[in-house]
Amino acid sequence: MSTDNAVDHDTVPPANKGMLVAAGVLLAIPMIALAWVGSYSKETPKLGAFPFFIWYQFLWVFLCSFMTYGAYRLVKAARPHRPMTGDMTTRPDGEVDR
Amino acid sequence: MTALVPAATGTGVNGVALTVLILLFVLVTGMGFWATRWRRADSMESLEEWGLGGRRFGTWVTWFLLGGDLYTAYTFVAVPAAMFALGAVSGFFAVPYTIVLYPIIFVFMARLWSVSHRHGYVTPADFVRGRYDSKGLSLAVSITGILATMPYIALQLVGIQAVLEVAGLGGSNALAKDLPLFIAFALLAAYTYSSGLRAPAVIAFVKDALIYLVIIVAIVYLPTKVGGWGHIFDAAQQKMAKPSAANPAKPTGAFIPNNQQYWAYATLAFGSALALFMYPHSITASLSAKSRNTIRRNASILPAYSFVLGLLALLGWVAIAAGTKPIGLDGKPNAQLVVPQLFEDMFPSWFAGVAFAAIAIGALVPAAIMSIAAANTFTRNIYKEWIKPSASYADEARVGKLVSLVVKAFALVFVLTLDKSQAINFQLLGGIWILQTFPSIVFSLYTRWFHRYGLLAGWAVGMVYGTITAYNVVNPATGKHFGGSLAMIPSIAQMGYIALTAFVINIIVAVIVTLVLNAMKVSNGRDETIKGDYFADAGDPRVEKNLTTDVHLTTGTP
Repeated sequence: MSTDNAVDHDTVPPANKGMLVAAGVLLAIPMIALAWVGSYSKETPKLGAFPFFIWYQFLWVFLCSFMTYGAYRLVKAARPHRPMTGDMTTRPDGEVDR
Repeated sequence: MTALVPAATGTGVNGVALTVLILLFVLVTGMGFWATRWRRADSMESLEEWGLGGRRFGTWVTWFLLGGDLYTAYTFVAVPAAMFALGAVSGFFAVPYTIVLYPIIFVFMARLWSVSHRHGYVTPADFVRGRYDSKGLSLAVSITGILATMPYIALQLVGIQAVLEVAGLGGSNALAKDLPLFIAFALLAAYTYSSGLRAPAVIAFVKDALIYLVIIVAIVYLPTKVGGWGHIFDAAQQKMAKPSAANPAKPTGAFIPNNQQYWAYATLAFGSALALFMYPHSITASLSAKSRNTIRRNASILPAYSFVLGLLALLGWVAIAAGTKPIGLDGKPNAQLVVPQLFEDMFPSWFAGVAFAAIAIGALVPAAIMSIAAANTFTRNIYKEWIKPSASYADEARVGKLVSLVVKAFALVFVLTLDKSQAINFQLLGGIWILQTFPSIVFSLYTRWFHRYGLLAGWAVGMVYGTITAYNVVNPATGKHFGGSLAMIPSIAQMGYIALTAFVINIIVAVIVTLVLNAMKVSNGRDETIKGDYFADAGDPRVEKNLTTDVHLTTGTP
């Protein structure tokens, strides 16, 4: 949740929610694909001599790398850094639970 | 010798290979000592310098350091050995494991970096302490970190031992048999002690260069020499379909997971991936990065290592096609020797020496990083917290160095007492323990909904369940306990990785206890962090801590 009081650092810095969600989707795809073992636990179609099971997982190394990089660019653009300057308010003493 | 006839194995010392191995080893040890001077600090007499390299490592050094952590004897020795002996379910899961790892750390590691930067945290236990003001939960996290690191270091020692044994060091009597192990241990201890994290950071460059060289040569050269990939996969498929020696009713292993093994494969991959970045050493390497986004950028280039890991895993099957006979100096078959033995049989002696050095150094670097990280944890979260709160920076550095030795000594105990026939289990056993700290660390980066005692209760139940279940897995071949890491998942009647089952139980207990304690309005401790801390970056000032609860800021220099 964001606030328009830029000085209060006990808040989450504002971000573009849509871009964060898109980044989350990019990160979730490789996890779902690889968790679904039944979808790739087979020998064919072969790539050269390589069974599908083997080359498909190698393929995901690259796909995951691209998707993670995409997520990196998205996240970086989505939430510009909010510098924590010296005039910030410190946390009030005695606050215990949130 | 033609390709398909196995060489006489384990016979005597391979002089040339051993010489090359020793030369490269000496070179690396020299670099380890020199490393003290690299990016020199004013004083090495603080944990920040000895244990975190001054928190000044950029994308590339961090990449090498993380790689140094992740791709270890596990990759070179344990995974191919598992592929060789038992097939894809026991070995190849390491590929999806090291792929899904990066999206996972992408999500939470930047937050951990930021809050650690703001508050000067060096270990996950520091964070938990600050978040909940709970010494108990922090102690649980530290002890688990140190405990879980030991079998992982043990795995590295097994790797070095495998190389030295194939190179011909050691012998059949009890003392000579473990001699290579003690040599490796002594070398490791000496240079870690003097240079701290800088030693492995410098050596990681050499290590990676050697490893890539060896892998490229191995992957291009070996398959053609044993009859091509088609023959390799056929040979593996045949071997895995044969009746198992221990239990003839079952096949030897899995060429491709069958539909009874999907859960095992997926839970091994995800359990390992969730666990890896809970180890003190992975967190240490991440925190030594110089900015919040270094880690995220790394997460997109680290998968290069996963590709290499997959190729190395397949070397286990190359060895099947090559008819490699991994027989130890004591005359007994030992699957852990399979990759060094393959290299000795197939490569010219001098290059076998280079390959041995790559494996040995590839085990040494992570072992050093792991023991340093465990020492950091002990010093900050146990020694300073519980034993001597007035310790100076110099005291901390001194204790840290000593503890790094003690941790390695315990790792040696693991090697000498546990079942070594499937070394990959060392790593999986560590994973069962370390994963139980995940809720306390990662969930707490996002929320303080969980109650500190709820997290503690979940941790305790997860640890006990995981340890007992793992103990009850008996290796059918050797009859030893802790013989595997798969057990029946209660309620779905499928085999799965014990770590993940324990993790789920851990969360359930944590939720229930939290609901009860919140209803009873039990205090959840004082939180010293603020929301903005989780998004801080390199230029932001650090929070200076006073003995009073008063919080003020200093300039950003560490």
